[in-house]
Amino acid sequence: MDFSFTEEHEMVRKMVREFAEREIAPTIKEHDRNQTFDETLLPKMAEQGLLGICIPVKYGGAGMDYISLGIACEELERVDTSARVILSVHVALNSLALLQWGTEEQKQKYLVPQALGERIATFGLTEPNAGSDVASIQTTARRDGDSYILNGEKMWISLADVADNFLIFAYTDKSKRHRGMSAFIVEREFPGVETGTIHGKMGVRAGNTGYISLQDVRVPAENLLGQEGEGFKIAMSALDNGRYTVAWGAVGLIRACLEASVRYANERYTFGVPIGQHQLVQQMIAKMAQRLDAGQLLCLKAGWMKNQGLRNTRETSMAKWYCCDAAFESASDAVQIHGAYGYSDEYDVERYLRNSKGAVIYEGSREIHTILQAQYALGYRQDKPLRCELPAYDQEEWEAEE
Amino acid sequence: MHAIVCIKSVPDTTEVRFDPETNTLIRDEVESIINPFDTYAIEEALRLKEAHGGKVTVLSMGPPKAEKELKEAIAMGCDEAVLLSAREFAGADTWATSYTLAQAIQKVGDYDIILCGKQAMDGDTGQVGPGIANQLGLPQLTYVFKIREIDFTERVIEVERLLEEGREVVRSRLPAVLTVVKDINQPRYPTFRGIRRARRMQIPVWAPADLEGADPRYFGLSGSPTKVVKIFTPPKREGKVEMIEGETPEEIADILSDKLIESKVI
Amino acid sequence: MALLIIDTEACTGCGACVDVCPFGALEIIEGVAVVNENCTACGACISVCPVEALSLPEAEEKPVTEDLESYQGVWVWVEQFQGKAASISWEMMGQGRRLADELGTTLTACVLGEKMDRVAHEAIAYGADRVFVADDPTLRVYRTEPYARILVELVRQYKPEIFLLGASSRGRDLAGAVATLLYTGLTADCTGLEIDPETRLLLQTRPAYGGNIMATILTPNHRPQMATVRHRVFEVPEPDFERQGQIVSVPVVLSEDEIASKVVDFIVEEGEVNIADAKIIVAGGRGVGGPEGFEPLRELAQVLGGAVGASRAAVDAGWIPYAHQVGQTGRTVRPDLYIACGISGAIQHRAGMSTSRVIVAINKDPDAPIFDIATYGVVGDLFQIVPALTEQFRKKLKR
Repeated sequence: MDFSFTEEHEMVRKMVREFAEREIAPTIKEHDRNQTFDETLLPKMAEQGLLGICIPVKYGGAGMDYISLGIACEELERVDTSARVILSVHVALNSLALLQWGTEEQKQKYLVPQALGERIATFGLTEPNAGSDVASIQTTARRDGDSYILNGEKMWISLADVADNFLIFAYTDKSKRHRGMSAFIVEREFPGVETGTIHGKMGVRAGNTGYISLQDVRVPAENLLGQEGEGFKIAMSALDNGRYTVAWGAVGLIRACLEASVRYANERYTFGVPIGQHQLVQQMIAKMAQRLDAGQLLCLKAGWMKNQGLRNTRETSMAKWYCCDAAFESASDAVQIHGAYGYSDEYDVERYLRNSKGAVIYEGSREIHTILQAQYALGYRQDKPLRCELPAYDQEEWEAEE
Repeated sequence: MHAIVCIKSVPDTTEVRFDPETNTLIRDEVESIINPFDTYAIEEALRLKEAHGGKVTVLSMGPPKAEKELKEAIAMGCDEAVLLSAREFAGADTWATSYTLAQAIQKVGDYDIILCGKQAMDGDTGQVGPGIANQLGLPQLTYVFKIREIDFTERVIEVERLLEEGREVVRSRLPAVLTVVKDINQPRYPTFRGIRRARRMQIPVWAPADLEGADPRYFGLSGSPTKVVKIFTPPKREGKVEMIEGETPEEIADILSDKLIESKVI
Repeated sequence: MALLIIDTEACTGCGACVDVCPFGALEIIEGVAVVNENCTACGACISVCPVEALSLPEAEEKPVTEDLESYQGVWVWVEQFQGKAASISWEMMGQGRRLADELGTTLTACVLGEKMDRVAHEAIAYGADRVFVADDPTLRVYRTEPYARILVELVRQYKPEIFLLGASSRGRDLAGAVATLLYTGLTADCTGLEIDPETRLLLQTRPAYGGNIMATILTPNHRPQMATVRHRVFEVPEPDFERQGQIVSVPVVLSEDEIASKVVDFIVEEGEVNIADAKIIVAGGRGVGGPEGFEPLRELAQVLGGAVGASRAAVDAGWIPYAHQVGQTGRTVRPDLYIACGISGAIQHRAGMSTSRVIVAINKDPDAPIFDIATYGVVGDLFQIVPALTEQFRKKLKR
């Protein structure tokens, strides 16, 4: 049993923290206010190796472990959620799915440029009428010779207007319900792909979120990820990775709330004392500290299981559920501690509060996770082994050049 | 090209907190970092390596835990590192520190340029750079703002030094000891490749026995001419702030400008 | 690793040492003091121990300067730029005079340069009994090697007990070289100099950790006791041009061929700032909101004939170049008037300006820590107050 981060993890944390503070923090308020996505950020993240952080070196990645991915998410979201979202969709939901399910050809063709950050990737599952109820997606893929023809619309897709590669889920056989769903690697350049941006979000306003429209898009059969009918399993396994990054990010948001609140509680005086001396303020701060520690431990456990190659659907769901609720509550308390200043955009905490709400909804809403955990506890649900599991982290293999 | 960079592990002053009751430094949770000015020296050395080939060796004297800062320098791209750590080195002032570092530099050997930050954040003395230069009998170029020209074959260097009145352009010979200011560059982030390399690296720790030819009397406390006799909290600034109030900005400005003109500071 | 020796028999566990330790290196465990690895061997605890239970190891063969008693007199290096003496040097002369009088000894000025007659006579006016003048074309512009070598030779020959230099860039550059070559103690950036009446030693006080703690430092066994002294801490004394003194011409040590470094140019950029020398500084922080937010500050500075400063937050955000930065990682300033606009007053910033004579703080937040050290405070919007202030000064100063 060992609860300490390795020297390497500490270095990753420090590097990403510096990166986020230098490259994101100075302009984030402006981008958030104007609802603009910082176009310069992706090349910088690519250069730093963040876009392939836990992908093996031989696939263009940085060769770090899954806990490093988590730490990077924590540190990015400590500054702003929009930056962490990039890792969630590009690395966790898309690239790790390729690493887990892809053929060697698919990895060479798609994973390598993604890990190098030459191509940006995202994940297209949600539709206007299908969120938690995944089975009700309407996008279809019809086999036509050596290709599939895709039709449908994806909604609430992070980086929709920025990404080059999309992992699209569609029914190859709707009559088979879950077992009739398949996953496809779609390039922006394929004729019939169109994307757009959604404005007016409550939070993550510096992030790019949009829709993908697919009209008679011809996708070569070799771009089918996994087998026909495996789409649902691929989607759920990808969510195990996506949720893991969302959970870690939420820990970063709690950390930001705690830091801001402690700073303010020491600076601000009321009734002749720093407000940190008022017990009700102390209670809010104590709870933030508690959530930070508890959340991080849940994330670490999930990360350790990923590194070991153990199935972690239950643990990841637990971490995501807990951390996102805890982040929302912490942000709400942080605004409360800041009083009227916290309610204005002069301080960052109002942004934390707006940003924290989204994650209580996406990647498995609070309700979905509650039900999942009840099902595990009651014995109604068990995870069966997958045909392809996320590979355990093997340092030598990850660092090997060939 | 072989550059040697001397760095110091210092408490992260952005995190240093003082106990308001006793006014002592709360060090419990203060992280140590590379002295911020030294990161510019590391960056400049790495740029020289990129432009001219060769290697960068980073050197530090400090407690065993200063290994962490050396590993960070490796993660940024330095090639080799040496830690000078021993009981005998402890309690060194700037003279003894320069002596010890100079002895280590001689042992490392074969250098073309030595780089330091202009001063350390905790001590603020700026004396170790000149100290090393004079221990080694090398030219010293302090407060370097820019390396204009460097030729390792002809062994000449031309730099701009940041002085109070402007920037002085100086030509000198190599090897030389440079201390650099913040404007010289923007230090890079560590890379993942560097972090992986740092993890694998065993950093050698040198003690007095490793510095053959050095006179051990000049190390640490015994070699230090200066002695701290008292440490205290600075007296609080006298008097309280006088708040200037008024109905309009004009009225406030009127009162304030009168007071400033009266106090003869204008 | 800690060097501190604790006599556990003598220790009463009173905790006096724990309270004074600036580094949190001491604690009382089971009734006796215990030291941890935070100890820097600074010695702060030794003098407060009522039972003399604490000590640092004394080396048996500690190297010392021989013949300590023969070192007499106080020296000051007079810095010159383009033939003109730096005001910091006259501040040093004021202190040097005071210390020499206390010790009952003489004050010597060291003037190095070319055509230094006028500066040498000024040095006498500012208090020197004797002036060493090295006048040579090789010394026209300050360079470390020729300057250091001359001073080292002079010290070896004439043996002063105290040698003061201004803590300017050149002063620090030179002092570091000279002290190393002489193997003597050098205390950088002092803000206080006193003589211990019993030992006649120079008590050198300097801030550390950005001014949060002060340390008093001695050079007990080496001579001269060298110190660089911070600019604008001490007053420039009134010169007395009637004063008499001795001017001694001294030779150079190195010929031009023997000097490795050549100064080939001096660049003064348009609008170059020298906030360290400014008498009035108008500084902006996070509250100015952007590069254009400095415009009203510039106008005020212009009317007052001052310079524009900035906090680290404003510099790091890229609103204004680093040369303007005041604080621990920027410049330390001590102007007559410091007007802080939209600067909250983080400890690192205060370290660089808290000794200004008059501080005006303009901030929206009435709880900003800057008000703790301000002379005058205004709670309000700097974009209203600063232009109004500019207007008032324009009117009242007729500028």
